[in-house]
Amino acid sequence: MKVLMFGWEFPPHITGGLGTACYGITKGLVKQGTEVIFVVPKAYGDEDQNAATIRSAGDIPFDFKDEEYKEYWNKIKYMEVGSNIIPYVSPEEYSRSMEKNIKTGAEFKSNVFSKYYKFSGKYSINLMEEVARYALIASALALKEDYDVIHAHDWLTYPAGIAAKESSGKKLVVHMHATEFDRTGGNVNQQVYDIERQGMEAADIVITVSNLTRNIIIDKYGIDPNKIVTIHNAVDQNRRKEALRIQKKYNEKLVTFLGRITFQKGPEYFIEAAYKVLQKDANVRFAMAGSGDMLIKMIKHVARLKIADKFHFTGFLKGEDVDHIFAMSDVFVMPSVSEPFGIVPLEAMRSNVPVIISKQSGVAEILHHAMKVDFWDIDAMADSIYGLCHYEGLSKMFRKYGKQEVENMKWEDAAIKINTVYSNLLNR
Amino acid sequence: MGRCRNKNQYRLFQFTESLTLNHSNNMKSICFYFQVHQPMRLKSYRFFDIGEDHDYFDDHNNAQIMHKVAQKNYLPMNALLLDLIREYGSAFKVSFSISGTALDQFETYAPEVLESFQRLAETGQVEFLAETYAHSLSALKSKEEFTNQVIQQATKIESLFHQKPSTFRNTELIYSDEIGAMVADMGYEVMLTEGAKHVMGWRSPNYMYTNAINPRLKLLLKNFQLSDDIAFRFSQQSWKEWPLTTEKFVGWLNQIDPREEVVNLFMDYETFGEHQWAETGIFDFMKALPARVFSHSDFNFATPKELSQQLQAVSPIHVPYPISWADEERDLTAWLGNELQDEAFDKLYALEPKVRKCDDPQIHHDWLYLQTSDHFYYMCTKFFSDGDVHKYFNPYGTPYEAFINYMNVLSDFIIRVDRNTTFGKDVTDEIRETASKLLGKTREITKRKVKEASKAVKESVGKSKGLSINDIKNLSNTAIKKLLREVDIHNLSVALKDAENEITEKVLPNLGKKARKTYDELQNEVKEVSKADIKKYQKEVEKALDKLFKSKK
Repeated sequence: MKVLMFGWEFPPHITGGLGTACYGITKGLVKQGTEVIFVVPKAYGDEDQNAATIRSAGDIPFDFKDEEYKEYWNKIKYMEVGSNIIPYVSPEEYSRSMEKNIKTGAEFKSNVFSKYYKFSGKYSINLMEEVARYALIASALALKEDYDVIHAHDWLTYPAGIAAKESSGKKLVVHMHATEFDRTGGNVNQQVYDIERQGMEAADIVITVSNLTRNIIIDKYGIDPNKIVTIHNAVDQNRRKEALRIQKKYNEKLVTFLGRITFQKGPEYFIEAAYKVLQKDANVRFAMAGSGDMLIKMIKHVARLKIADKFHFTGFLKGEDVDHIFAMSDVFVMPSVSEPFGIVPLEAMRSNVPVIISKQSGVAEILHHAMKVDFWDIDAMADSIYGLCHYEGLSKMFRKYGKQEVENMKWEDAAIKINTVYSNLLNR
Repeated sequence: MGRCRNKNQYRLFQFTESLTLNHSNNMKSICFYFQVHQPMRLKSYRFFDIGEDHDYFDDHNNAQIMHKVAQKNYLPMNALLLDLIREYGSAFKVSFSISGTALDQFETYAPEVLESFQRLAETGQVEFLAETYAHSLSALKSKEEFTNQVIQQATKIESLFHQKPSTFRNTELIYSDEIGAMVADMGYEVMLTEGAKHVMGWRSPNYMYTNAINPRLKLLLKNFQLSDDIAFRFSQQSWKEWPLTTEKFVGWLNQIDPREEVVNLFMDYETFGEHQWAETGIFDFMKALPARVFSHSDFNFATPKELSQQLQAVSPIHVPYPISWADEERDLTAWLGNELQDEAFDKLYALEPKVRKCDDPQIHHDWLYLQTSDHFYYMCTKFFSDGDVHKYFNPYGTPYEAFINYMNVLSDFIIRVDRNTTFGKDVTDEIRETASKLLGKTREITKRKVKEASKAVKESVGKSKGLSINDIKNLSNTAIKKLLREVDIHNLSVALKDAENEITEKVLPNLGKKARKTYDELQNEVKEVSKADIKKYQKEVEKALDKLFKSKK
């Protein structure tokens, strides 16, 4: 089995959960003996700006010192596509991937994607142009490379997937890690939505990361339920061999939120719950780690509630700082309004931190050893926080079983399911 | 017993047979025992209610469930049993234990159910057993509390049904040698428990046994095979014996070894209509069963009390660790054993001596209801094996929610108990408490000070005593050469592994060619050496330093 896979980012150049997931999936596939050609766009000389466009502060950055990672690099074929705003690509980079195929690509550019160039919405024009450019190159690659199936991750790569399918005639699998509804809370960008829908319609199979996402796709995109398969995400098992032991410098319990401070992640519910807890118990501190478009509003909100002495904003955290804050935390809360999967609570559990997750998250479908509340039910959320801080039996229980549960969520198992999807497709 | 085609023939038979009842070798009994229990479920009680709201129970939900179960189970099944007793007279009989919390709820929410039980009691064919008032696990924790609750329960039974219980049944058939001995001490003659496989071994539950400590207490053991055929498997379509008919069931009874004496069919009363819906045919089955038994078998029906008088116990049975009738394991793990259950249980019973000092009747009332075993059952985390049964009875989404809710309530209860008892508390108690608190704090401070002091001492000693590896920086080249003659180059290489550049720069030029080569080679291997080893070699070098230079310095 050989797969042509389109991603948007890949370790070590990773800014979000999508990269982590792609890494886990491909690693798992390689272990199953599946060959992967992983195609990723790479911005040259303009990395920061590019990263900022799709940065997701809440997700766990990748640890590329991982031994397995190195070994893994030897096994996959990895291709970077010189991708920057079209006029500024240097001739040598451009020709590196395209050369003879430029003509074929150009056709696709004008036929399939020209309309996106007019777009000037929330995303920068650059991003949309990159999406199109990426697709252009994809079609070229599709003819050059030898493979059995095409697999595209999230809307950014769907045009590439479609283009590859059209030029090669191979089967297409698209993987929904998040929908536009999750990201925007219903305030949908029409063009992104269109790309998502077209991608799923063109696909032979759609993989969703949870049943929650599956239902959104059926309800909001009208995709045929028979071609949607739910394969839950997993968590990388090889990182952080020994747990960090960090002493808190204060006696209070620490309750942590870690994620992008955006509508989707429900930061205001966390603040409201914190307020409720602090009314009863001054012996707790709260930390909100991450940044995002609602940060200023949230800081103001905390100030207005007069709890700023117990409620702290850390800004965007990555790498060791994330481990650090988990090591200090007594409770982790993910109050997401809509979370296709939600990998961060699993990371917290691996660091022995008990978690409270919203029922509106995909991960709630598979986790047993977690408190589950509706994101809007701040009473229940506050009650769970209080319970975890005060009743020792609970945290003991979570420490005992939570880690074990997470350690059983292996990417290999997800990869086995994905492999089955591939072979079913080919045997049709 | 012969085959009796009709009722009159049967009655005639019964009359003649009764004369020879205990002499007949073939006469065997079926003992029906039903557990009737409803817990007082807690309402959703948030932590911000602690100290504010002392009303813990969900009246609305409890009433609703009571009404539902009354309609589906208690009323129709009681009517059915009454009909059977009217039809067969003294030939058909059953026994019940009804928890105090269930009786309280009958009185409050469904008096018609209580009346229907009273009508059954009036027939004289129904035995009511004693148990703990709160359907609690107190037998595992405190003889005093256990005894109190049994007395309360027996008193209530006597006042409602006009019979003094002489048979005892502990919560969920929980039993051990010690519990049996306590029950014997209370004067009960016979007790029911589970015929658990791991206790019985090769022995049959179809005889009477006795307690291992006090042989005066007789034991009747549940035949779990035949009981669970009715209680659990009746409607299971995947069961190969489905559908269960009276013909089949009586056929199985007849296969029992003729020398055996009793088949104890113990089950939840809610089996009829609630666990097994009316649509499954469970009522029809029960309605038809006595007739089939009379016409096609040698069995009669008996109550535990009658059996304790009729049967000879065959042997004592040893149960060192508590058993119950729950789940595959037949142990206590449905209620106790995980971290949640243990914390809640221990915190609850830690209050016992204090509660005893309280004079507030409401506290005693809540104390009882908080002990009900169901609260701990809801915290059970055995999701995967018996999870389905557990889920059915559980008003909480997860054991975690159940635990938090219970602990919130308990936190408030603790505050109330403390407030109520502070008045009655001895001054000496208070002084002792304060003293121990102070003592604890003093110990803590002393410990910290000692730690700080010893650290300071260590540091100052370290400064004055001996030369350290860092002192190499200050040595002359001659001195270093001297040192090199003294120490082995291998040891030195290891010792210098993590040393500052200044030191290595000082040492390296003084090495001979050969020594330098050895040093370089070793540096690669040294990477693997543990910190402890490095320290060891550093010490050796330092010893050499001391020996050579200490006096001069």
